Amino acid sequence: MTKLPPERAEAGFNDYKPAYSTAQALAEANRCLYCVDAPCVQHCPTAIDIPEFIRKISTGNTEGAARTIFSANILGMSCARVCPVEVLCAGACVYNEMDAPPIEIGKLQRYATDAAFLADWQFFTAGPDTGKSVGILGGGPAALAAAHELRRFGHAVTIYDAGGILGGLNTTGVAPYKMRADRALDEVEWVLQIGGVEVVSGVEVGRDLSFAELQQRHQALVIAVGLGEDRMLDIPGKELAGIHGAVAFIREFKLGQVDLSHVRQAAVLGGGNTAIDAVRELVGLGVPEVTMVYRGSEAQMSGYVHEWKAAKVDGVRASWRSQPLAYHSANGADGKVGGVLCARLGDDRRPIAGSEVEVPAQLVLLAIGQSRLGAFAAALPGVQVEDGRIVVDAEGATGRPGVYAAGDCANGGKEVVNAAAEGKRAAQAIDRLLAAGGNQ
Amino acid sequence: MSTLIRPRLGASVVPDLTSNTGGIVTPNPFWLASAPPTNSGGQIMRAFDAGWGGAVWKTLGTPIQNVSSRFGAMNYKGTRAIGFNNIELITDRPIETNLREIYEVKKRYPKHGIIVSLMVETREEWQDLIKRAIDAGADGLELNFGCPHGMCERGMGSAVGQEPSLNERITSWAVEYSTVPVLVKLTPNVDEIGPHGLAAQAGGAHGVSLINTIKSIIGVDIERKVLEPRVGGMSTNGGYCGPAVKPIALHMIASLARDPQFKLPISGIGGVSNWRDAVEFILLGCSSVQVCTEVMLRGFRVVEDMTEGLTQYMRDNGYQNLDAMRGKAVPSYSEWGELDLNYETIAKIDPLKCIGCHNCVVACHDGAHQCIHPDPGGKTRVPVVDESECVGCNLCQIVCPVPDCITMVEVPNGLPPATWNQHVAEGAPLRAKKGVH
Repeated sequence: MTKLPPERAEAGFNDYKPAYSTAQALAEANRCLYCVDAPCVQHCPTAIDIPEFIRKISTGNTEGAARTIFSANILGMSCARVCPVEVLCAGACVYNEMDAPPIEIGKLQRYATDAAFLADWQFFTAGPDTGKSVGILGGGPAALAAAHELRRFGHAVTIYDAGGILGGLNTTGVAPYKMRADRALDEVEWVLQIGGVEVVSGVEVGRDLSFAELQQRHQALVIAVGLGEDRMLDIPGKELAGIHGAVAFIREFKLGQVDLSHVRQAAVLGGGNTAIDAVRELVGLGVPEVTMVYRGSEAQMSGYVHEWKAAKVDGVRASWRSQPLAYHSANGADGKVGGVLCARLGDDRRPIAGSEVEVPAQLVLLAIGQSRLGAFAAALPGVQVEDGRIVVDAEGATGRPGVYAAGDCANGGKEVVNAAAEGKRAAQAIDRLLAAGGNQ
Repeated sequence: MSTLIRPRLGASVVPDLTSNTGGIVTPNPFWLASAPPTNSGGQIMRAFDAGWGGAVWKTLGTPIQNVSSRFGAMNYKGTRAIGFNNIELITDRPIETNLREIYEVKKRYPKHGIIVSLMVETREEWQDLIKRAIDAGADGLELNFGCPHGMCERGMGSAVGQEPSLNERITSWAVEYSTVPVLVKLTPNVDEIGPHGLAAQAGGAHGVSLINTIKSIIGVDIERKVLEPRVGGMSTNGGYCGPAVKPIALHMIASLARDPQFKLPISGIGGVSNWRDAVEFILLGCSSVQVCTEVMLRGFRVVEDMTEGLTQYMRDNGYQNLDAMRGKAVPSYSEWGELDLNYETIAKIDPLKCIGCHNCVVACHDGAHQCIHPDPGGKTRVPVVDESECVGCNLCQIVCPVPDCITMVEVPNGLPPATWNQHVAEGAPLRAKKGVH
């Protein structure tokens, strides 16, 4: 397994939602109403039996609580930290209906799953060898969830990971005040303890290995390659130094160091959750002035309201209805970006003449989306790709028998918990297919 | 608990909280029970400063040696000590020290009530100790016939309280020697309280106080496999008290209060934790209430809310003094056979208050009569009550976390009242049974 450098820029971040002490966890667990057909469960993509695990915490059965969580979602440790519970389980808590604070489900889940990691409780063993083999393309949350579930059924699993580090965006993309990279790798290791998962790293399908070869080796395949590179803007000045894709930049400082000593002002272009992460992270990394530049209004942001509120508390500024026109160098010809020239957009979303303003920035991050990687799959007969996404049915099956897809490459970019749910669901569908003798 | 706003019947009236229990007069009905909080004069003076009306001094007797540890508690869902027990005995301080402190406290707090609890064996000992307690300034005596642990093994405490003839005999000695009112503290560790209250009455007592603690094992240390509270590798049964015992106390007090032969004033004890509890005890016939556990857990300061809450309750209900409210709920205590079988209620769920937890659904399905169901249309989380099957059992209302969301409403079924006794004797017609599918 890849080792992270000990000195990483992300290490300086504190937990935005600190871990519960036992006393805090018990007090919160005892507040849970133990609902029936609970709305929180219905709003969890992996349908964790939340009232049950919370009840177990309240009785001191922390191991049982962890078992309940991991039985539904093997990535329950990272989901406890990174899930936007405000819009999922906790957002559905019935306490909201009486204007009382909802149960802190994420923090309780973290309490139980951290305890499991600390004590190294093992809940799962690989099933008896079926003689079948499944190849998984990608090493992120969807791939890991699928691999673990397939091993429980007894199928052999090989993960083909293009990058050198497992865990996907859990390792390289999660805001460090939610989870740091080393914790994501702890989880990878913990998941793979079930045994029997072969990891082939640095292999890109289509370049190093053909799809036909893969299909010969395995009875089924799961495509879980995630999303591609950050999209960049094709505007004047794009060649200047200091302009980066947000996902790439985040990866860089999570896995190592970044030098921001020259950056007094930074601009992040975009209005989604990656943009919000990026602005908060830049503040955390010590950039004195961080501005989010977004084409729409505050109300039109696709990022979560609760995340943006936290960014505002951090002191982030925003330039709404602003369209970048060009990057400028601060002092002529040093080749470094010094600002972003923006036009204000009218109600018709067209630039208002004469409204141009300069947002000073010695660092510009673009968080306007990532390219979609599904294109390579379009070459496969039977596999449909729409808008860069691999088209799948409710079980994750593509139109090609034995080929499934899960996670961002199929859903276009959602939460870790969605990837975990889709990976597991695809694994279950593959097991049914293989058990029925399909795709021999 | 929802805030009830009632018209104040006597807004200008300042209720008088003065309490008289068999001649023991205190500024309010809140007494500290004979227990660790009344172990010393220093404690009792601080309690009086905090607002307590009286204190029953920790039982005097031949000084004993106590064990460690002494207390155990039952916790539930994060609430500490809803039940409590102890294996502590009577005072372990020299009698002379206690008597000197009684004298000092009484001198400094002449208007407060000092009731001295006593427990000795022989007639001579009773005579001697009663005289010394009264000489020290006791306003009343309480005979400890209730302690269910330790002392009963030596033929005292509940060993006396469980035997009506012994109770009557020792009571009569005490009354003979005493020049101040004598209360007999009764043990709940009996099948019916009636004969024991009547024994105290026959012995000439001026009042009774009940309940003493209930024989109990508070818990087992599941790691060490030893009872709690643990004394080395062993333990023993203790006396159970705290909020969890209130229903038992209420029953025993009401049983005496409704007994036409029983005429004595009652000082109520058993899980009184706040003014609401005190109101319940007084409505069931108590002239004063005694508190221990709540003070042990939270201190003397809890009396402020007790007196304030009781005062407001009396004002809201137009009671000028305790006599006006005492026993008001006693007539409602009846035999089952006298209950109106034709009285019918059903559950109503307020859809605007319902938060959709479905706890009523599962309680009704698994624990009652399967008549509350999820919204059949699935459009809302508000359950529906099948009124044709609802037996009006209250379980849904009990589990509902939202105040006043589920109410039990009367169904005017047009039938005249009919009790089981009337039905058996006169064939009074009963309504059709529900929930018997």
